[in-house]
Amino acid sequence: MESIRQIFEQLFGFEWGGMLYTLASNVTFISAIIVPLLLGVAYLTFAERKIIAYMQIRVGPNRVTFFGIPWLRGWGQPIADAVKALMKEIVIPTGANKFLFILAPILTIMPALAAWAVVPFSAELVLADINAGLLYILAMTSMGVYGVIIAGWASNSKYAFLGAMRSAAQVVSYELAMGFALVCVLMMSQSLNLGDIVNGQQGDSLLSWYLIPLFPMFLVYFISGVAETNRAPFDVAEGESEIVAGFHVDYSGMAFTVFFLAEYANMILVATLTAILFLGGWLPPLDIAPLNMIPGFIWLLLKIAFLLFFFLWFRATFPRYRYDQIMRLGWKVFIPITIIWIVVLGGIMQLPETVRGDFPLNLWF
Amino acid sequence: MNFQDFIFYFFSTVLIASALGVITVRNPVYSALLLVLAFVTCAGIWLLLEAEFLAITLVLVYVGAVMVLFLFVVMMLDINLEKLKEGFWKWFPLGGLVALVMVVEIAMIMFGQHFSLEEMPAPEPKTADYSNTKELGRLLYTEYVYAFELAAVLLLVAMIAAIALTLRHREDKKTLDIAKQVNVKKAERLRIVSMQAERKK
Repeated sequence: MESIRQIFEQLFGFEWGGMLYTLASNVTFISAIIVPLLLGVAYLTFAERKIIAYMQIRVGPNRVTFFGIPWLRGWGQPIADAVKALMKEIVIPTGANKFLFILAPILTIMPALAAWAVVPFSAELVLADINAGLLYILAMTSMGVYGVIIAGWASNSKYAFLGAMRSAAQVVSYELAMGFALVCVLMMSQSLNLGDIVNGQQGDSLLSWYLIPLFPMFLVYFISGVAETNRAPFDVAEGESEIVAGFHVDYSGMAFTVFFLAEYANMILVATLTAILFLGGWLPPLDIAPLNMIPGFIWLLLKIAFLLFFFLWFRATFPRYRYDQIMRLGWKVFIPITIIWIVVLGGIMQLPETVRGDFPLNLWF
Repeated sequence: MNFQDFIFYFFSTVLIASALGVITVRNPVYSALLLVLAFVTCAGIWLLLEAEFLAITLVLVYVGAVMVLFLFVVMMLDINLEKLKEGFWKWFPLGGLVALVMVVEIAMIMFGQHFSLEEMPAPEPKTADYSNTKELGRLLYTEYVYAFELAAVLLLVAMIAAIALTLRHREDKKTLDIAKQVNVKKAERLRIVSMQAERKK
Protein backbone atom coordinates (compact mmCIF):
# COMPACT_ATOMS: atom_id res chain seq x y z
CA MET A 1 0.00 0.00 0.00
CA GLU A 2 2.71 2.47 1.01
CA SER A 3 4.71 1.89 -2.17
CA ILE A 4 1.65 2.66 -4.31
CA ARG A 5 1.20 5.83 -2.31
CA GLN A 6 4.80 6.82 -3.02
CA ILE A 7 4.32 6.26 -6.74
CA PHE A 8 1.33 8.58 -6.66
CA GLU A 9 3.26 11.19 -4.70
CA GLN A 10 6.14 11.12 -7.18
CA LEU A 11 3.78 11.46 -10.14
CA PHE A 12 1.53 14.27 -8.88
CA GLY A 13 3.50 16.00 -6.12
CA PHE A 14 3.16 15.38 -2.39
CA GLU A 15 -0.22 16.90 -1.59
CA TRP A 16 -2.21 16.12 -4.74
CA GLY A 17 -0.53 12.72 -4.98
CA GLY A 18 -1.70 11.84 -1.48
CA MET A 19 -5.20 12.99 -2.30
CA LEU A 20 -5.32 11.09 -5.58
CA TYR A 21 -4.00 8.00 -3.79
CA THR A 22 -6.81 8.30 -1.22
CA LEU A 23 -9.31 8.71 -4.03
CA ALA A 24 -7.95 5.75 -6.01
CA SER A 25 -7.78 3.44 -2.99
CA ASN A 26 -11.30 4.41 -1.94
CA VAL A 27 -12.64 3.77 -5.43
CA THR A 28 -10.98 0.35 -5.32
CA PHE A 29 -12.54 -0.47 -1.94
CA ILE A 30 -15.93 0.81 -3.08
CA SER A 31 -15.80 -1.43 -6.16
CA ALA A 32 -14.79 -4.32 -3.90
CA ILE A 33 -18.09 -3.79 -2.05
CA ILE A 34 -20.38 -2.82 -4.93
CA VAL A 35 -19.42 -5.54 -7.43
CA PRO A 36 -20.11 -8.49 -5.07
CA LEU A 37 -23.22 -6.65 -3.88
CA LEU A 38 -24.64 -6.34 -7.38
CA LEU A 39 -23.77 -9.98 -8.07
CA GLY A 40 -25.55 -10.81 -4.84
CA VAL A 41 -28.55 -8.83 -6.04
CA ALA A 42 -28.57 -10.73 -9.33
CA TYR A 43 -28.46 -14.10 -7.62
CA LEU A 44 -30.96 -12.99 -4.98
CA THR A 45 -33.51 -12.55 -7.75
CA PHE A 46 -32.65 -16.06 -8.92
CA ALA A 47 -32.91 -17.42 -5.37
CA GLU A 48 -36.23 -15.67 -4.98
CA ARG A 49 -37.67 -17.20 -8.11
CA LYS A 50 -36.37 -20.66 -7.24
CA ILE A 51 -37.44 -20.60 -3.58
CA ILE A 52 -40.90 -19.25 -4.27
CA ALA A 53 -41.23 -21.77 -7.08
CA TYR A 54 -40.41 -24.69 -4.80
CA MET A 55 -42.78 -23.34 -2.16
CA GLN A 56 -45.51 -23.34 -4.79
CA ILE A 57 -44.48 -26.77 -6.10
CA ARG A 58 -43.10 -25.46 -9.39
CA VAL A 59 -39.58 -25.68 -10.75
CA GLY A 60 -38.72 -22.05 -11.45
CA PRO A 61 -36.14 -20.87 -13.99
CA ASN A 62 -34.40 -23.97 -15.34
CA ARG A 63 -33.27 -23.16 -18.90
CA VAL A 64 -30.39 -20.69 -19.14
CA THR A 65 -27.06 -22.28 -18.37
CA PHE A 66 -23.35 -21.56 -18.81
CA PHE A 67 -21.57 -23.31 -21.70
CA GLY A 68 -24.29 -25.93 -21.85
CA ILE A 69 -23.36 -27.49 -18.50
CA PRO A 70 -26.49 -29.42 -17.51
CA TRP A 71 -26.28 -29.10 -13.70
CA LEU A 72 -25.99 -25.31 -13.97
CA ARG A 73 -29.37 -25.03 -15.62
CA GLY A 74 -31.15 -21.88 -14.45
CA TRP A 75 -28.01 -20.26 -13.04
CA GLY A 76 -27.54 -18.12 -16.12
CA GLN A 77 -30.99 -16.62 -15.76
CA PRO A 78 -30.01 -13.40 -13.85
CA ILE A 79 -27.26 -12.68 -16.39
CA ALA A 80 -29.67 -13.21 -19.27
CA ASP A 81 -32.20 -10.93 -17.57
CA ALA A 82 -29.58 -8.21 -17.12
CA VAL A 83 -28.55 -8.41 -20.77
CA LYS A 84 -32.19 -8.27 -21.82
CA ALA A 85 -32.80 -5.17 -19.68
CA LEU A 86 -29.72 -3.46 -21.13
CA MET A 87 -30.92 -4.00 -24.67
CA LYS A 88 -34.37 -2.54 -24.08
CA GLU A 89 -35.39 0.98 -24.91
CA ILE A 90 -36.07 3.45 -22.12
CA VAL A 91 -39.44 4.88 -23.07
CA ILE A 92 -40.07 8.36 -21.71
CA PRO A 93 -43.79 9.16 -21.70
CA THR A 94 -44.83 12.28 -23.57
CA GLY A 95 -46.29 14.09 -20.58
CA ALA A 96 -43.42 13.17 -18.27
CA ASN A 97 -40.94 15.57 -16.77
CA LYS A 98 -37.86 14.23 -18.56
CA PHE A 99 -35.20 15.44 -16.14
CA LEU A 100 -36.89 14.13 -13.00
CA PHE A 101 -37.97 10.95 -14.79
CA ILE A 102 -34.31 10.05 -15.38
CA LEU A 103 -33.18 11.41 -11.99
CA ALA A 104 -35.60 9.24 -9.97
CA PRO A 105 -33.94 5.83 -10.44
CA ILE A 106 -30.54 7.41 -9.74
CA LEU A 107 -31.86 8.88 -6.50
CA THR A 108 -33.18 5.45 -5.54
CA ILE A 109 -29.99 3.47 -6.10
CA MET A 110 -27.64 6.12 -4.66
CA PRO A 111 -28.62 5.80 -0.97
CA ALA A 112 -29.08 2.03 -1.33
CA LEU A 113 -25.40 1.74 -2.26
CA ALA A 114 -24.03 4.63 -0.18
CA ALA A 115 -25.27 3.07 3.07
CA TRP A 116 -22.79 0.20 2.59
CA ALA A 117 -19.86 2.53 3.31
CA VAL A 118 -20.14 2.05 7.07
CA VAL A 119 -21.13 -1.63 7.16
CA PRO A 120 -18.44 -3.70 8.90
CA PHE A 121 -17.91 -7.10 7.27
CA SER A 122 -15.57 -8.37 9.96
CA ALA A 123 -13.65 -6.92 12.89
CA GLU A 124 -11.21 -5.11 10.56
CA LEU A 125 -12.99 -5.06 7.23
CA VAL A 126 -14.91 -1.77 7.00
CA LEU A 127 -14.64 1.06 4.48
CA ALA A 128 -15.49 4.01 6.75
CA ASP A 129 -15.24 3.32 10.46
CA ILE A 130 -17.14 6.42 11.56
CA ASN A 131 -18.50 7.14 15.03
CA ALA A 132 -22.03 7.96 13.96
CA GLY A 133 -22.38 4.90 11.68
CA LEU A 134 -25.87 3.96 12.79
CA LEU A 135 -27.14 7.51 12.27
CA TYR A 136 -25.53 7.60 8.85
CA ILE A 137 -27.36 4.41 7.86
CA LEU A 138 -30.67 5.84 9.10
CA ALA A 139 -30.08 9.05 7.15
CA MET A 140 -29.20 7.17 3.97
CA THR A 141 -32.14 4.77 4.09
CA SER A 142 -34.50 7.68 4.75
CA MET A 143 -33.34 9.33 1.53
CA GLY A 144 -34.40 6.36 -0.57
CA VAL A 145 -38.02 7.48 -0.60
CA TYR A 146 -37.21 10.48 -2.82
CA GLY A 147 -36.67 8.29 -5.84
CA VAL A 148 -40.07 6.72 -5.37
CA ILE A 149 -41.91 10.01 -4.92
CA ILE A 150 -40.14 11.73 -7.81
CA ALA A 151 -40.69 8.72 -10.07
CA GLY A 152 -44.40 8.77 -9.26
CA TRP A 153 -44.76 12.45 -9.93
CA ALA A 154 -42.49 12.72 -12.97
CA SER A 155 -44.27 9.87 -14.79
CA ASN A 156 -47.39 12.05 -14.96
CA SER A 157 -49.60 9.02 -14.50
CA LYS A 158 -52.33 8.40 -11.96
CA TYR A 159 -51.25 4.88 -11.10
CA ALA A 160 -47.65 5.92 -10.62
CA PHE A 161 -48.68 8.82 -8.43
CA LEU A 162 -50.95 6.67 -6.29
CA GLY A 163 -48.09 4.24 -5.79
CA ALA A 164 -45.73 7.06 -4.86
CA MET A 165 -48.17 8.47 -2.30
CA ARG A 166 -48.71 5.09 -0.69
CA SER A 167 -45.02 4.43 -0.57
CA ALA A 168 -44.11 7.82 0.91
CA ALA A 169 -46.65 7.52 3.73
CA GLN A 170 -45.58 3.96 4.46
CA VAL A 171 -41.85 4.62 4.50
CA VAL A 172 -42.14 7.73 6.66
CA SER A 173 -44.29 5.95 9.25
CA TYR A 174 -42.15 2.82 9.50
CA GLU A 175 -39.00 4.86 9.79
CA LEU A 176 -40.15 6.01 13.23
CA ALA A 177 -40.56 2.49 14.58
CA MET A 178 -37.24 1.54 13.01
CA GLY A 179 -35.52 4.53 14.62
CA PHE A 180 -36.95 3.69 18.05
CA ALA A 181 -35.83 0.06 17.71
CA LEU A 182 -32.34 1.33 16.93
CA VAL A 183 -32.46 3.58 20.01
CA CYS A 184 -32.80 0.37 22.08
CA VAL A 185 -29.76 -1.12 20.35
CA LEU A 186 -27.64 1.91 21.02
CA MET A 187 -28.81 2.06 24.64
CA MET A 188 -27.48 -1.49 25.03
CA SER A 189 -24.22 -0.91 23.18
CA GLN A 190 -23.59 2.70 24.30
CA SER A 191 -22.23 3.40 20.85
CA LEU A 192 -23.35 4.47 17.39
CA ASN A 193 -20.42 2.73 15.74
CA LEU A 194 -21.52 -0.50 14.06
CA GLY A 195 -18.24 -2.25 14.87
CA ASP A 196 -18.61 -1.38 18.56
CA ILE A 197 -22.20 -2.62 18.50
CA VAL A 198 -21.02 -6.05 17.31
CA ASN A 199 -18.18 -6.07 19.85
CA GLY A 200 -20.74 -5.32 22.56
CA GLN A 201 -22.43 -8.63 21.71
CA GLN A 202 -19.25 -10.64 22.22
CA GLY A 203 -19.68 -13.51 24.65
CA ASP A 204 -19.45 -17.25 25.02
CA SER A 205 -22.49 -18.06 22.95
CA LEU A 206 -25.42 -16.62 21.06
CA LEU A 207 -27.11 -15.89 24.39
CA SER A 208 -25.15 -12.67 24.57
CA TRP A 209 -26.45 -11.36 21.25
CA TYR A 210 -28.91 -8.50 21.46
CA LEU A 211 -31.49 -10.78 19.90
CA ILE A 212 -32.56 -12.08 23.31
CA PRO A 213 -32.94 -8.96 25.46
CA LEU A 214 -34.27 -7.00 22.49
CA PHE A 215 -36.37 -9.72 20.90
CA PRO A 216 -39.46 -7.50 20.34
CA MET A 217 -37.18 -4.85 18.85
CA PHE A 218 -35.69 -7.44 16.52
CA LEU A 219 -39.15 -8.27 15.24
CA VAL A 220 -40.11 -4.59 14.94
CA TYR A 221 -36.88 -3.75 13.15
CA PHE A 222 -37.06 -6.62 10.72
CA ILE A 223 -40.73 -6.14 9.88
CA SER A 224 -40.21 -2.38 9.51
CA GLY A 225 -37.31 -3.22 7.24
CA VAL A 226 -39.61 -5.31 5.07
CA ALA A 227 -42.03 -2.39 4.98
CA GLU A 228 -39.26 0.13 4.22
CA THR A 229 -38.11 -1.87 1.23
CA ASN A 230 -41.71 -2.06 -0.05
CA ARG A 231 -41.57 -5.84 -0.12
CA ALA A 232 -44.49 -8.22 0.18
CA PRO A 233 -46.67 -8.25 2.29
CA PHE A 234 -46.18 -4.46 2.46
CA ASP A 235 -45.88 -3.93 -1.30
CA VAL A 236 -48.92 -1.69 -1.70
CA ALA A 237 -46.64 0.80 -3.46
CA GLU A 238 -46.48 -1.66 -6.34
CA GLY A 239 -49.69 -3.57 -5.76
CA GLU A 240 -49.93 -5.02 -9.25
CA SER A 241 -53.53 -6.13 -8.79
CA GLU A 242 -54.64 -2.61 -7.76
CA ILE A 243 -52.40 0.01 -9.36
CA VAL A 244 -50.60 -2.06 -12.03
CA ALA A 245 -47.02 -1.65 -10.80
CA GLY A 246 -47.21 1.50 -8.76
CA PHE A 247 -44.53 4.13 -8.97
CA HIS A 248 -42.46 2.44 -11.69
CA VAL A 249 -45.32 1.56 -14.04
CA ASP A 250 -43.99 3.88 -16.77
CA TYR A 251 -40.38 2.78 -16.52
CA SER A 252 -38.80 0.33 -18.91
CA GLY A 253 -35.41 -1.12 -19.74
CA MET A 254 -32.45 -0.09 -17.64
CA ALA A 255 -34.35 2.66 -15.78
CA PHE A 256 -36.70 0.01 -14.42
CA THR A 257 -33.81 -2.32 -13.67
CA VAL A 258 -32.18 0.35 -11.53
CA PHE A 259 -35.31 0.49 -9.34
CA PHE A 260 -35.23 -3.26 -9.19
CA LEU A 261 -31.55 -3.31 -8.20
CA ALA A 262 -32.17 -0.71 -5.51
CA GLU A 263 -35.03 -2.74 -4.02
CA TYR A 264 -32.89 -5.88 -3.77
CA ALA A 265 -29.81 -3.97 -2.58
CA ASN A 266 -32.00 -2.49 0.16
CA MET A 267 -33.22 -5.97 1.09
CA ILE A 268 -29.65 -7.16 1.49
CA LEU A 269 -28.86 -4.02 3.48
CA VAL A 270 -31.75 -4.55 5.88
CA ALA A 271 -30.75 -8.21 6.34
CA THR A 272 -27.13 -7.19 6.95
CA LEU A 273 -28.09 -4.55 9.48
CA THR A 274 -30.40 -6.93 11.31
CA ALA A 275 -27.57 -9.46 11.43
CA ILE A 276 -25.14 -6.83 12.74
CA LEU A 277 -27.45 -5.20 15.26
CA PHE A 278 -29.25 -8.22 16.68
CA LEU A 279 -27.53 -11.43 15.56
CA GLY A 280 -23.98 -10.55 16.53
CA GLY A 281 -22.64 -9.66 13.07
CA TRP A 282 -19.49 -11.65 12.39
CA LEU A 283 -19.49 -13.44 15.77
CA PRO A 284 -19.88 -17.23 15.74
CA PRO A 285 -22.95 -18.64 17.56
CA LEU A 286 -20.76 -20.56 20.00
CA ASP A 287 -17.24 -19.47 20.88
CA ILE A 288 -15.77 -23.01 20.70
CA ALA A 289 -13.05 -24.57 18.59
CA PRO A 290 -14.46 -25.55 15.18
CA LEU A 291 -16.95 -22.67 15.04
CA ASN A 292 -14.63 -19.79 15.86
CA MET A 293 -12.05 -21.01 13.34
CA ILE A 294 -14.39 -20.06 10.51
CA PRO A 295 -13.72 -16.45 9.41
CA GLY A 296 -16.23 -13.92 10.73
CA PHE A 297 -17.09 -12.85 7.22
CA ILE A 298 -18.60 -16.29 6.52
CA TRP A 299 -20.75 -16.11 9.65
CA LEU A 300 -22.04 -12.70 8.61
CA LEU A 301 -22.86 -14.03 5.14
CA LEU A 302 -24.69 -17.02 6.62
CA LYS A 303 -26.76 -14.75 8.87
CA ILE A 304 -27.58 -12.44 5.94
CA ALA A 305 -28.64 -15.41 3.82
CA PHE A 306 -30.79 -16.72 6.67
CA LEU A 307 -32.58 -13.38 7.04
CA LEU A 308 -32.96 -12.93 3.28
CA PHE A 309 -34.70 -16.28 3.15
CA PHE A 310 -37.36 -14.76 5.42
CA PHE A 311 -37.96 -11.97 2.91
CA LEU A 312 -38.65 -14.55 0.21
CA TRP A 313 -40.65 -16.74 2.55
CA PHE A 314 -42.88 -13.78 3.50
CA ARG A 315 -43.49 -13.06 -0.14
CA ALA A 316 -44.52 -16.62 -0.87
CA THR A 317 -46.73 -16.90 2.20
CA PHE A 318 -48.58 -13.74 3.15
CA PRO A 319 -51.31 -11.93 1.25
CA ARG A 320 -50.84 -8.19 0.81
CA TYR A 321 -51.79 -5.94 3.71
CA ARG A 322 -54.62 -3.54 3.20
CA TYR A 323 -53.44 0.08 3.27
CA ASP A 324 -55.16 1.11 6.51
CA GLN A 325 -53.90 -2.05 8.21
CA ILE A 326 -50.33 -1.10 7.29
CA MET A 327 -50.79 2.32 8.87
CA ARG A 328 -52.40 0.78 11.95
CA LEU A 329 -49.55 -1.71 12.40
CA GLY A 330 -46.93 1.02 12.08
CA TRP A 331 -48.47 3.71 14.24
CA LYS A 332 -50.62 1.89 16.75
CA VAL A 333 -48.68 -1.34 17.30
CA PHE A 334 -44.98 -0.91 16.58
CA ILE A 335 -44.40 2.61 17.91
CA PRO A 336 -46.07 1.92 21.31
CA ILE A 337 -44.12 -1.37 21.64
CA THR A 338 -40.83 0.34 20.93
CA ILE A 339 -41.53 3.23 23.34
CA ILE A 340 -42.48 0.81 26.13
CA TRP A 341 -39.35 -1.24 25.50
CA ILE A 342 -37.15 1.85 25.68
CA VAL A 343 -38.61 2.64 29.12
CA VAL A 344 -38.22 -0.98 30.30
CA LEU A 345 -34.64 -1.08 29.04
CA GLY A 346 -33.83 2.24 30.73
CA GLY A 347 -35.29 0.86 33.95
CA ILE A 348 -33.17 -2.29 33.78
CA MET A 349 -30.06 -0.26 33.06
CA GLN A 350 -30.69 1.85 36.18
CA LEU A 351 -31.08 -1.22 38.45
CA PRO A 352 -28.52 -1.46 41.26
CA GLU A 353 -25.26 -3.18 40.40
CA THR A 354 -26.05 -6.16 42.67
CA VAL A 355 -29.17 -7.05 40.66
CA ARG A 356 -27.63 -6.38 37.26
CA GLY A 357 -24.60 -8.51 38.08
CA ASP A 358 -26.70 -11.67 38.54
CA PHE A 359 -27.14 -14.39 35.98
CA PRO A 360 -29.44 -13.51 33.13
CA LEU A 361 -28.81 -9.76 33.24
CA ASN A 362 -25.02 -9.92 33.48
CA LEU A 363 -24.86 -11.30 29.95
CA TRP A 364 -25.94 -8.00 28.44
CA PHE A 365 -25.69 -5.14 30.95
CA MET B 1 -5.72 25.82 -2.07
CA ASN B 2 -5.77 22.47 -0.38
CA PHE B 3 -8.36 19.78 -0.84
CA GLN B 4 -10.50 20.78 2.15
CA ASP B 5 -10.76 24.36 0.92
CA PHE B 6 -11.76 23.06 -2.47
CA ILE B 7 -14.54 20.97 -0.92
CA PHE B 8 -15.66 23.92 1.18
CA TYR B 9 -15.90 26.26 -1.80
CA PHE B 10 -17.60 23.60 -3.87
CA PHE B 11 -20.25 22.95 -1.23
CA SER B 12 -20.72 26.66 -0.58
CA THR B 13 -21.24 27.41 -4.26
CA VAL B 14 -23.78 24.59 -4.60
CA LEU B 15 -25.48 25.68 -1.38
CA ILE B 16 -25.85 29.31 -2.43
CA ALA B 17 -26.90 28.42 -5.97
CA SER B 18 -29.53 25.95 -4.79
CA ALA B 19 -30.80 28.34 -2.10
CA LEU B 20 -31.22 31.02 -4.77
CA GLY B 21 -32.89 28.46 -6.96
CA VAL B 22 -35.45 27.67 -4.26
CA ILE B 23 -36.88 31.18 -4.48
CA THR B 24 -36.42 31.77 -8.20
CA VAL B 25 -37.46 28.62 -10.09
CA ARG B 26 -41.02 28.55 -11.36
CA ASN B 27 -41.86 24.93 -10.73
CA PRO B 28 -42.66 24.41 -7.02
CA VAL B 29 -41.50 20.76 -7.18
CA TYR B 30 -38.07 21.87 -8.41
CA SER B 31 -38.06 24.46 -5.68
CA ALA B 32 -38.65 21.81 -2.99
CA LEU B 33 -35.99 19.54 -4.51
CA LEU B 34 -33.50 22.40 -4.58
CA LEU B 35 -34.20 22.95 -0.89
CA VAL B 36 -33.31 19.29 -0.34
CA LEU B 37 -30.05 19.86 -2.21
CA ALA B 38 -29.39 22.92 -0.04
CA PHE B 39 -29.87 20.83 3.13
CA VAL B 40 -27.56 18.08 1.90
CA THR B 41 -24.76 20.48 0.93
CA CYS B 42 -25.20 22.32 4.21
CA ALA B 43 -24.76 18.97 5.98
CA GLY B 44 -21.56 18.54 3.98
CA ILE B 45 -20.23 21.87 5.25
CA TRP B 46 -21.09 20.90 8.83
CA LEU B 47 -19.17 17.67 8.34
CA LEU B 48 -16.13 19.76 7.44
CA LEU B 49 -16.56 21.45 10.84
CA GLU B 50 -16.49 17.97 12.44
CA ALA B 51 -20.09 18.35 13.58
CA GLU B 52 -21.00 14.90 12.29
CA PHE B 53 -23.98 14.41 14.60
CA LEU B 54 -25.63 17.68 13.56
CA ALA B 55 -24.85 17.08 9.90
CA ILE B 56 -26.36 13.60 9.83
CA THR B 57 -29.34 14.71 11.92
CA LEU B 58 -29.97 17.51 9.44
CA VAL B 59 -30.14 14.96 6.64
CA LEU B 60 -32.17 12.52 8.73
CA VAL B 61 -34.76 14.99 9.99
CA TYR B 62 -35.07 17.59 7.27
CA VAL B 63 -34.22 15.61 4.15
CA GLY B 64 -35.56 12.25 5.32
CA ALA B 65 -38.81 13.35 6.93
CA VAL B 66 -39.79 17.01 6.69
CA MET B 67 -39.01 17.57 3.02
CA VAL B 68 -40.61 14.27 2.03
CA LEU B 69 -43.92 15.45 3.46
CA PHE B 70 -43.35 18.90 1.97
CA LEU B 71 -42.72 17.47 -1.48
CA PHE B 72 -45.71 15.23 -1.04
CA VAL B 73 -47.98 18.23 -0.43
CA VAL B 74 -46.44 20.36 -3.18
CA MET B 75 -46.92 17.57 -5.71
CA MET B 76 -50.57 17.18 -4.89
CA LEU B 77 -51.36 20.88 -5.12
CA ASP B 78 -52.37 22.29 -8.45
CA ILE B 79 -50.51 25.57 -8.10
CA ASN B 80 -51.59 28.43 -10.31
CA LEU B 81 -48.52 30.61 -10.78
CA GLU B 82 -50.48 33.51 -12.29
CA LYS B 83 -52.58 33.76 -9.20
CA LEU B 84 -49.54 33.59 -6.95
CA LYS B 85 -47.92 36.44 -8.83
CA GLU B 86 -50.89 38.71 -8.28
CA GLY B 87 -50.17 41.34 -5.69
CA PHE B 88 -46.43 40.77 -5.93
CA TRP B 89 -45.71 44.46 -6.43
CA LYS B 90 -48.32 45.46 -3.87
CA TRP B 91 -46.52 43.57 -1.11
CA PHE B 92 -43.03 44.16 -2.47
CA PRO B 93 -42.20 47.22 -0.30
CA LEU B 94 -43.15 45.38 2.93
CA GLY B 95 -41.32 42.23 1.91
CA GLY B 96 -38.29 44.23 0.85
CA LEU B 97 -38.24 46.00 4.19
CA VAL B 98 -38.34 42.68 6.11
CA ALA B 99 -35.56 41.31 3.90
CA LEU B 100 -33.46 44.43 4.48
CA VAL B 101 -33.90 44.22 8.25
CA MET B 102 -32.84 40.57 8.15
CA VAL B 103 -29.76 41.31 6.05
CA VAL B 104 -28.75 44.11 8.42
CA GLU B 105 -29.25 41.85 11.44
CA ILE B 106 -27.18 39.06 9.95
CA ALA B 107 -24.49 41.54 8.95
CA MET B 108 -24.41 42.96 12.47
CA ILE B 109 -23.77 39.50 13.85
CA MET B 110 -21.34 38.37 11.18
CA PHE B 111 -19.23 41.51 11.20
CA GLY B 112 -19.65 42.30 14.88
CA GLN B 113 -16.92 41.80 17.41
CA HIS B 114 -18.08 38.42 18.70
CA PHE B 115 -18.22 36.47 15.47
CA SER B 116 -15.30 37.76 13.48
CA LEU B 117 -12.78 35.26 12.15
CA GLU B 118 -10.35 36.08 14.93
CA GLU B 119 -12.98 35.46 17.58
CA MET B 120 -14.16 32.20 16.08
CA PRO B 121 -11.11 30.24 14.92
CA ALA B 122 -11.51 26.90 13.19
CA PRO B 123 -12.21 24.14 15.73
CA GLU B 124 -9.26 22.13 16.98
CA PRO B 125 -9.01 18.80 15.17
CA LYS B 126 -10.27 16.10 17.53
CA THR B 127 -8.85 12.64 18.08
CA ALA B 128 -10.49 9.74 16.30
CA ASP B 129 -12.30 8.38 19.37
CA TYR B 130 -13.90 11.73 20.21
CA SER B 131 -17.65 11.31 19.89
CA ASN B 132 -19.56 14.40 19.00
CA THR B 133 -22.83 12.61 19.73
CA LYS B 134 -21.87 11.73 23.31
CA GLU B 135 -20.76 15.29 24.07
CA LEU B 136 -23.98 16.77 22.71
CA GLY B 137 -26.09 14.23 24.58
CA ARG B 138 -24.29 14.90 27.83
CA LEU B 139 -24.81 18.67 27.50
CA LEU B 140 -28.44 18.36 26.43
CA TYR B 141 -29.42 16.08 29.28
CA THR B 142 -27.47 17.80 32.05
CA GLU B 143 -26.85 21.49 31.59
CA TYR B 144 -29.68 22.30 29.20
CA VAL B 145 -32.18 19.70 30.34
CA TYR B 146 -34.95 22.18 31.16
CA ALA B 147 -34.67 24.01 27.86
CA PHE B 148 -34.56 20.66 26.08
CA GLU B 149 -37.64 19.32 27.86
CA LEU B 150 -39.47 22.59 27.24
CA ALA B 151 -38.73 22.36 23.54
CA ALA B 152 -39.98 18.77 23.55
CA VAL B 153 -43.22 19.78 25.29
CA LEU B 154 -43.66 22.63 22.83
CA LEU B 155 -43.38 20.21 19.92
CA LEU B 156 -45.76 17.76 21.59
CA VAL B 157 -48.33 20.52 22.13
CA ALA B 158 -48.00 21.59 18.50
CA MET B 159 -48.43 17.99 17.36
CA ILE B 160 -51.53 17.41 19.47
CA ALA B 161 -52.96 20.76 18.39
CA ALA B 162 -52.43 19.89 14.73
CA ILE B 163 -54.23 16.59 15.20
CA ALA B 164 -57.05 18.20 17.21
CA LEU B 165 -57.56 20.89 14.57
CA THR B 166 -57.73 18.52 11.63
CA LEU B 167 -59.52 15.56 13.18
CA ARG B 168 -63.13 15.59 12.11
CA HIS B 169 -65.61 12.83 12.57
CA ARG B 170 -67.87 12.53 9.61
CA GLU B 171 -71.00 10.51 9.95
CA ASP B 172 -71.02 9.23 6.37
CA LYS B 173 -67.48 7.98 6.17
CA LYS B 174 -66.91 4.28 5.77
CA THR B 175 -64.08 3.20 8.01
CA LEU B 176 -63.72 -0.03 9.87
CA ASP B 177 -63.80 -0.23 13.63
CA ILE B 178 -61.21 -2.91 14.17
CA ALA B 179 -62.04 -3.49 17.83
CA LYS B 180 -65.63 -4.09 16.80
CA GLN B 181 -64.56 -6.52 14.10
CA VAL B 182 -62.38 -8.48 16.46
CA ASN B 183 -65.04 -8.65 19.17
CA VAL B 184 -67.78 -9.84 16.89
CA LYS B 185 -69.64 -12.95 18.03
CA LYS B 186 -70.87 -15.75 15.91
CA ALA B 187 -74.45 -15.15 16.98
CA GLU B 188 -74.44 -11.60 15.60
CA ARG B 189 -73.46 -12.60 12.10
CA LEU B 190 -74.76 -16.06 11.56
CA ARG B 191 -78.23 -17.46 11.84
CA ILE B 192 -78.70 -21.17 11.56
CA VAL B 193 -82.14 -22.10 10.37
CA SER B 194 -83.38 -25.61 10.50
CA MET B 195 -85.34 -26.51 7.40
CA GLN B 196 -87.17 -29.46 6.15
CA ALA B 197 -85.31 -31.26 3.42
CA GLU B 198 -86.94 -30.58 0.10
CA ARG B 199 -87.42 -33.11 -2.58
CA LYS B 200 -87.73 -32.45 -6.28
CA LYS B 201 -90.99 -33.54 -7.74
